[in-house]
Amino acid sequence: MSDVKTVATRVGYGEALVELGNKRDDFIVMDADLAAATQTGKFKDAFPDRFYNCGIAEQNMMSIAAGIAATGKRVFVSSFAMFASGRAFEQIRNSICYPKLPVIIGATHGGISVGEDGATHQCLEDIAIMRTIPNMTIINPADAIEAKKAVYAAIKHDGPVYMRFGRYAVPVIFDDSYYFKIGKANILRDGEDVTIIATGLMVDEAIKAYDILKGEGISARVINMATIKPLDNEAVLVAAKDTGAIVTAEEHSVIGGLGSAVSELVCDKIPVPVVKLGVYDKFGFSGPAGDLLDAFGLRALNIAEKAKAAIALKK
Amino acid sequence: MDKQTKLSLEKTACKVRLDIIHGVHAAKSGHPGGSLSCADIITYLYFKEMNIDPKEPKKPDRDRFVLSKGHAAPALYAVLAERGFFSPDELFNLRHIGSFLQGHPDMNKTPGVDMSTGSLGQGISAAVGMALSGKHFGDGFRVYTVLGDGEIEEGQVWEAAMFASNKKLSNLIAFVDLNGLQIDGMIDEVNSARPVDKKFEAFGWDTIEIDGHDFDEIEAAVKKAKKSDKPVAVIANTVKGKGVSFMENAVGWHGKAPNDEQYEQAVKELETALAAF
Repeated sequence: MSDVKTVATRVGYGEALVELGNKRDDFIVMDADLAAATQTGKFKDAFPDRFYNCGIAEQNMMSIAAGIAATGKRVFVSSFAMFASGRAFEQIRNSICYPKLPVIIGATHGGISVGEDGATHQCLEDIAIMRTIPNMTIINPADAIEAKKAVYAAIKHDGPVYMRFGRYAVPVIFDDSYYFKIGKANILRDGEDVTIIATGLMVDEAIKAYDILKGEGISARVINMATIKPLDNEAVLVAAKDTGAIVTAEEHSVIGGLGSAVSELVCDKIPVPVVKLGVYDKFGFSGPAGDLLDAFGLRALNIAEKAKAAIALKK
Repeated sequence: MDKQTKLSLEKTACKVRLDIIHGVHAAKSGHPGGSLSCADIITYLYFKEMNIDPKEPKKPDRDRFVLSKGHAAPALYAVLAERGFFSPDELFNLRHIGSFLQGHPDMNKTPGVDMSTGSLGQGISAAVGMALSGKHFGDGFRVYTVLGDGEIEEGQVWEAAMFASNKKLSNLIAFVDLNGLQIDGMIDEVNSARPVDKKFEAFGWDTIEIDGHDFDEIEAAVKKAKKSDKPVAVIANTVKGKGVSFMENAVGWHGKAPNDEQYEQAVKELETALAAF
């Protein structure tokens, strides 16, 4: 496995900001004293006059971003997912989403793979929280390439965007030819017995689960659901119809995230079993990221088990 | 300012107060007290100071106004209507289903509203963002905001204040409508933010204290503030419920509409005042 290139999605975010900065000067980047960690520091180094540090004041930063967007300009704001979505929830709801202002929130350090910092910094609720707000778009890229493409798409989007990036270096799945469109799922492997719908770093695990299942004679479809809102309803419903069973995989609470979004849709339209893999209503704890993914059962083997459970539930 | 201009502004503010009462009565809800207390400040800004055009509410170089104390929406709507952004008849639809006059300001529904507000403490940050954008992109507009004296109990106000002075946002002027009352009682009893001037000064702002109902003082403050190289807080001493005798300095009129009898009396008082101009 030593030949697999691993890069954190937050790195893709920081690089994309610099690339965008070279192309256009009509946007501002802000951070709340975490520029080195969120990778907005790359932009700060390249364009010091176009970067503003808000200090440790995420609520203020969100409403400031709303004010900037209200003058017709674009703005990226970054913090850890916990503080962006949690502490500043109401500012995002009332200052940004209600007026539908095109603020792009680059929330890094999402999920359990934050690692050693432990539970206070391991945000497992952000997708759920953000998903409840009208006008919000949520993107959770699977690798650094997709992260970059998502940034390019977000700056052109006419409304607020919440982008979730990870701290942990994860395998690069895509190459530069990868096509990303907001709201469009990508089928990475096709199959007919079950569909695995994954997001973020679980996409790579889902591809590995495909191989495990294949070895056992099970044919799985693998969908990368980078955009969690708006959900690609068609991709989900076609999968429900074609394969009759779905597994969702996310590095997030099973309450309110991708699994919930898929379940809500499937229950309404084409009820088939949806088995969710995620974190089951627990806080995280300290440890190396990789060990935590093992400890919380967020691995290809766990997806494969859930896939078999989903198939068993088929009528 | 000359006598004629002052008289004209006072008359307009009187009409604005009458509009506030009409609107809140028609809505059977809303916030008359804090709308009446900041009516003169907003009237001054839209009729004398700000670079705005009612025919082109979104013109890019306009000065911006953010009503951080969003619950005083009836005052902002009345001023916008009197200034010609829309018909004053619309004020009778305040808070009704389908109306573009929401309970709190909505920038996408109401012509002339620059920022959606209502959740206290967020408006000043948005105003700071506008001022930052103006400075960063070299647009010459100014940003004005009105805060409530209860509102400044919100921590976010001070996050915004700290940032504004650190970034030298001299294109920002924030009025504090210091009427001394908030929903649950006197600000001094609830959780006083006094001394307001010293707090803003400690956060790196210039401050100017005025009588918020005196147009000469409002104008002098704005003129002085525009010369500062810092953001400026204008601490405006005001009377909650100003202009309606039984609402003045009465806590109960923070968020309550007058009944028909009270409405008639308020209208009578304001129409009498208007007729005297």
